[in-house]
Amino acid sequence: MNDPIRSGLAGGWRHLDASLLTRNLTTLEADVVIVGSGAGGGVTADLLSAAGLRVVLVEEGPLRSSADFKMREADAYPELYQESAARKTSDKAINILQGRCVGGSTTVNWTSSFRTPPEVFDYWQRRFGLRQLSSTAMSSWFAVMESKLSVRAWETPPNPNNRVLAAGSEQLGIATGSIRRNVKGCWNLGYCGMGCPTNAKQSMLLTTIPAALARGATLCTRLRAERLRFVGNRISALECLALQADGIRPSGRRVQLRARHFVVAAGAIGSPALLLRSGVPDPQRLLGSRTFLHPVVISAALMPDRVDAYAGAPQSIYSDHFLHQAPIDGPLGFKLEAAPLHPVLYATTLHGFGEAHVRLMREFTHANVLLALLRDGFHPESRGGQVRLGSDGLPVLDYPLGETIWEAARRALLAMAEIQFAAGARWVSPVHEAAPGYTSWPEARKGIAELPLKPFVCRVVSAHVMGGCAMADGAQRGVVDHRGRHFWLENLSVHDGSVFPTSLGVNPQLSIYGLTARNASLLAADLLGRPPPLIP
Amino acid sequence: MNGARRQFVRTGLAGGLLLSFCGWLNAAGARPFAVGEREMLAAIANALLDGALPSEREARRRLVEQTVDAIGTEIAGLALATQKELGELFSLMVLAPGRMIIIGVGKSWRSASVAEVAEFLQSWRTSRLSLLQSAYAALHDLTFGAWYAHPDTWEAIGYPGPPRGYF
Repeated sequence: MNDPIRSGLAGGWRHLDASLLTRNLTTLEADVVIVGSGAGGGVTADLLSAAGLRVVLVEEGPLRSSADFKMREADAYPELYQESAARKTSDKAINILQGRCVGGSTTVNWTSSFRTPPEVFDYWQRRFGLRQLSSTAMSSWFAVMESKLSVRAWETPPNPNNRVLAAGSEQLGIATGSIRRNVKGCWNLGYCGMGCPTNAKQSMLLTTIPAALARGATLCTRLRAERLRFVGNRISALECLALQADGIRPSGRRVQLRARHFVVAAGAIGSPALLLRSGVPDPQRLLGSRTFLHPVVISAALMPDRVDAYAGAPQSIYSDHFLHQAPIDGPLGFKLEAAPLHPVLYATTLHGFGEAHVRLMREFTHANVLLALLRDGFHPESRGGQVRLGSDGLPVLDYPLGETIWEAARRALLAMAEIQFAAGARWVSPVHEAAPGYTSWPEARKGIAELPLKPFVCRVVSAHVMGGCAMADGAQRGVVDHRGRHFWLENLSVHDGSVFPTSLGVNPQLSIYGLTARNASLLAADLLGRPPPLIP
Repeated sequence: MNGARRQFVRTGLAGGLLLSFCGWLNAAGARPFAVGEREMLAAIANALLDGALPSEREARRRLVEQTVDAIGTEIAGLALATQKELGELFSLMVLAPGRMIIIGVGKSWRSASVAEVAEFLQSWRTSRLSLLQSAYAALHDLTFGAWYAHPDTWEAIGYPGPPRGYF
């Protein structure tokens, strides 16, 4: 298997692994410094370098590529994820999966690609004055990125794990759809979450970042963006800490980067944290607030036949039926999807221990798991979480799980159990410390209705962090404008999921790609004194 | 477990107090496991993995030791703040006052039976105190993560491992 990253490096791409630095570095200069190499940073690096701007990308994680991707959880989680895939909210009640490597979460996501739903744009227009953003206005930008990243209908039949969602929903008259995926020549292996070993996934690692590097961009890895220095309303430099090879401890070496413009794309936990550490103006105290997670509750089932949920495209079927049962700001709606199962992910998520746990693990190959992603941030009581700084200056996320969330969680657990039984499950249980597991839908309906829903007792996870540097039509209610430009510092932009003023109700990657393609194009035109792009 | 101690552990008040005390003791941060911590983690693994571990004594002991090593590797990959919190938790569980409350006066982790450790784990799992619930969750995730990351455990659950060939 050819590894295009290793070939590119051999061909002279500029890559600085900061863990190898033996002295401080203060001479790096560029037109634009980009913090983060995920969906936002990758697209920005590509478009700015294509416009002829000199770009430096700063990434806290390591550069890993297909030759390193061995499809083993023991390697993948510590290497490719924030906090070894065990990042948590401050109370430890929600586990957060987030990438931390070149390509960010796009290197480890499950390739599910959805445009931002029209009703979300409508809500942003009404509530945050974002009149420039609509499905129509954004449609060309989504099309550009879909074409660039090969986002297409997935023609291969869904794996048995996804088929449970399709079959059960069909029995109950619940509409489902097929998930489009950003893959090219996918082998249908099922290990997307550990880095694609066949270079099929069109992540930032394989597309925009190589394009930028081929144009002479510089990629710094194992480098933590520490603080933006500003004078008046202009940022002058970014101070960075080099990390040791473990990716955790600072090595003591420092790097200072100078540029005309700075783009922060460190994700919805990292970006507000960097701006908070830097002390940028924030008179309304909006930074880090309204952080959304699509809190996920989980329903496990045992099917009569083998499911082998580790094999095949992780997510190919979805249902938005339960997003459309009430107004968008009513009781929380939820999106249903399947989850791939691998031994560590499944065993750690599954409740219980000892003999009870072993019994379920022995049926690993028959297990189906459905996820309900709760659409937070629209209901007046759903105000999300708050990113703040811990005593070591690193981000901490408080996300209270209130009654509005639990009310939706119960409906979601009921809906998933009913679908799993309708698909033929012989046993279903919410992932919940007090759930005994049920052998029929009537039994589950009664049991789940009475389950105590509380943090820790009911397992809640998240793979989608959004918000914290929200965009709006003015500094009274937003950190950046619709172009991602900061309201107070004139040479600062934010290009990632942190700009969303609510959650999305869909897996976020394509929303970030589309909006960033637009905003990076506007930024390039602005920096070069050219007319803005012709696409609206 | 006698009734009074069970109540003490379950209400968790003592645990909360001790945990803040150990935070002060353990301010130095992450370091290799001490002997007492290894014994404690081995006892926890013995209970959590009961049913997955073989019953033959020597084989079981070897696999438990291997799991404790793997827990150490897992912890080294966590944020420093989390490593410090886990150090505090482990101190609480190992030092005499905490150990006495958890597994009984005069007992060591090495001598605690699987049933005794399981009872303690269950009390934290169902505690009303989120501090103890989160401590249980940490022990659960670390132990099951360490166990099922190892390819030798996959046969028992029918997982064939990642595909091979053509790479």
